[in-house]
Amino acid sequence: MPLEPPAELDVVDHIQQTHDSYAQLGYDSYRWANEPEPVELARPTKPLAESKVALVASGGIYQVGQVAFHHKDDTSHRQIPTDVDRADLRTSHFAYDMTAARVDPNVVFPIDALRSMVDSGTIGSLTSHALTFMGGIYSQRRLREELIPAMTEQTRAMEPDVVLLVPV
Amino acid sequence: MTSSWVITAQANPPRASYLDYPLGHTAGRPDQLAEQIEVATAALGLIHSATESGTIVPLPHRWPTEWKPKARELSDKRSERFDTPQYERPSDATAVA
Repeated sequence: MPLEPPAELDVVDHIQQTHDSYAQLGYDSYRWANEPEPVELARPTKPLAESKVALVASGGIYQVGQVAFHHKDDTSHRQIPTDVDRADLRTSHFAYDMTAARVDPNVVFPIDALRSMVDSGTIGSLTSHALTFMGGIYSQRRLREELIPAMTEQTRAMEPDVVLLVPV
Repeated sequence: MTSSWVITAQANPPRASYLDYPLGHTAGRPDQLAEQIEVATAALGLIHSATESGTIVPLPHRWPTEWKPKARELSDKRSERFDTPQYERPSDATAVA
């Protein structure tokens, strides 16, 4: 059973909502990822202050000079240098309100926060690049066969100690 | 990190911090660096503090205005999906290396 939220949070049920919205429009239900078996919890081998952190974000972030994402099951990803100027970040997505992200991309790509945490010694360092993709992909098969292996390989090559996933 | 408890609980990652904000603000509010640092610190802190897989920890931050009734309205807010690159600004297309 998926973990229930505390009742007082009164969380928005996005799964029920998309189900109901799509039903109202006559669409089939969107099949959200469902993983009942927990993955093994990897134990950290060093303090966070000595750890190298990789940022992986699904909000369709790209850097000026890169090709933007398309929105029909784009399984490509981008590598963004972690010393990128915030002014060079852009977003391209169809399934979330990008108003805030286009004012401050950090809301879906918290690079300034992570850089501050390196400066303050909270984390050891960042990998050379962050990885981004456009998470509005309807084919779980293509996700598993194309996007995930490519990003896993590139993430591993950077040898992070910790990976921070930021969905939207 | 997540701002959707139900999606994350079902996807079942090893650990996640939950921020009860409207979608599109997973890492905090725009131009609120101190808040973004708090959110990232809480998320990364789970690397050491989480003791079982599937942990989701709610953060204390609350959106400053009422937003959930509107977020719960049934509507398809997705934009049309194109199979060509969709640039944020027209100048991005000409800047492609």
